[in-house]
Amino acid sequence: MNTKERAWFLLFTVPLLFIFTTVVVVPFTIGIFYSFIAWDGISANPKTFVGFKNFIDLFRDEQFYSSAWHTVKFTVLSLLGVNIVGIVLSLLVTSNLKVKHAARTMFFLPNLIGGLILGYIWKFIFSDVTTLLGEKTGMDVLFFNWLLNPQSALYAMVIVFAWQMAGYTMLIYVAGILGIPDEMLEAAKVDGANLWQRTTRIIFPLLMPAFTICLFLTLSGAFKVYDINLSLTGGGPFKATEMFAMNIFNEMFTFSHYGLGQAKAIIFFIVVALITLLQVVITKKREVQM
Amino acid sequence: MVKARVYIFEVFLFILALVFLSPIYIMVVNSFKSRAELYENPLALPTSFSFEYYIQAFEKMNFLSGFVNSLYVTVASVVLTVILASMTAWMLARTDNKWSKTIYLVFVATMLIPFQTIMMPLMQSMNWVQTHLNIPMMNTHEGLIYMNVGFNASMAVFLYHGFIKTIPVALEEAAELEGCNKFRLFWSIVFPMLKTITVTIAIINIMGVWNDFLLPSLVLTDKSLRTIPLSMFYFFGEFTIVWNLAMAGLTLTIIPVVIFYMFAQKYMIKGITAGALK
Repeated sequence: MNTKERAWFLLFTVPLLFIFTTVVVVPFTIGIFYSFIAWDGISANPKTFVGFKNFIDLFRDEQFYSSAWHTVKFTVLSLLGVNIVGIVLSLLVTSNLKVKHAARTMFFLPNLIGGLILGYIWKFIFSDVTTLLGEKTGMDVLFFNWLLNPQSALYAMVIVFAWQMAGYTMLIYVAGILGIPDEMLEAAKVDGANLWQRTTRIIFPLLMPAFTICLFLTLSGAFKVYDINLSLTGGGPFKATEMFAMNIFNEMFTFSHYGLGQAKAIIFFIVVALITLLQVVITKKREVQM
Repeated sequence: MVKARVYIFEVFLFILALVFLSPIYIMVVNSFKSRAELYENPLALPTSFSFEYYIQAFEKMNFLSGFVNSLYVTVASVVLTVILASMTAWMLARTDNKWSKTIYLVFVATMLIPFQTIMMPLMQSMNWVQTHLNIPMMNTHEGLIYMNVGFNASMAVFLYHGFIKTIPVALEEAAELEGCNKFRLFWSIVFPMLKTITVTIAIINIMGVWNDFLLPSLVLTDKSLRTIPLSMFYFFGEFTIVWNLAMAGLTLTIIPVVIFYMFAQKYMIKGITAGALK
């Protein structure tokens, strides 16, 4: 590269690199140092270096374990819910029906509404609409205030998350299905394969790339969930639905344990990075070449 | 026979889609009802249409100011992200040395960092910048826009980079031989070719920034600066029990999104699939 080319290179890249470094790279690096420090967030108070104490403490923190467990449970259930609903919807809207375009548009709509707003809408449904329906129909086994029971509150979160994400994964599966050549399905039909065989033996294997993407999106989305958590359950009842992200937020900004909270945030990063990388590697291996 | 069966499936799919959207229905119908009517039957259509709660919610949420704030922050963040990320990605894709490769790898690797890992040190550094360098980063829209661009950068660079790699370089070389400088070359020849991916990136970022709650809640403290999700949050905290008022407020916040969806639907569905399949 000569001087002139280097000047152009810098002119084009430096503005974004500067912003990106100050917003992401520097805070991330400082964050590693913060995790070895005890501090209450008030700038007049001292920051004391405590070594690995925060990391030892967080592994003794029962609330941290239980929020990790809730997050894992929520993530597994969400993965299943989002992807099963997404695949079913995608099969429906790739049929020959005339309403398929309208249906596709409608199924995708919830994805545009932010998690905070969605949580508030469903809060009304799970707390008041269900109770009123229970009184009216007498079916109080199904219709009760879902948000007051630790178990059902977690399921409520899964339902809202699935409602938000299913339309998104549907679109990706639709693109995958439309990418399968018609001749291949026709040939299978001629050879006597029925609808079930065509779906499980041809469509599903060829959908693996779409599956990789959807798993990646739902996995990282569910693991990092915060907005729905805040507006729908607020972590309650009795912290039974407090997820990883909320636990970190509260540790820092509610209890003012900045060092401990940051140590949790670093662990959170490592776990998120490992899971998503592992998942991509595993599903990539299983993709079929056409 | 076959026709009748197809017809039944048509109706079935349409009804399924309607049931899927029933939470929206519940929100809208109850925003018109009086308190007594709401508790009578939350699923029924309202018997009288009163816009009273909309007017109240509009005023109490400061909806207009929230809308203008959200619009400003979203448009500015997305336009800046598109301009800066496309320029950066083009240079990185067209320069073959270890620097450009390393920078690209850093961008991609940071996509794995969750926001919670950065938020506290980011607020500390921005506070430091504000007090020591006198640059108003905290509690201003411009500070929020700056941070949005930083957070959107890696994904935008990643998508642009992948797209640019598929465009043949010959046209750019020819233009350069004609004596076209890099700036003109990029804006008059390269950027127009990036149209499809630009739409994708713009849509992903518009939705992300418009709906974002956590970052603006940490940056903006003044009531007058609140974006829509923020004003909804505080409004809801105050009026949780008054469900009809809350539903009117929620409906208000969704109206702009639905209008945008009606106009940009075609691009959105295409853009989102294209972005995800990259």
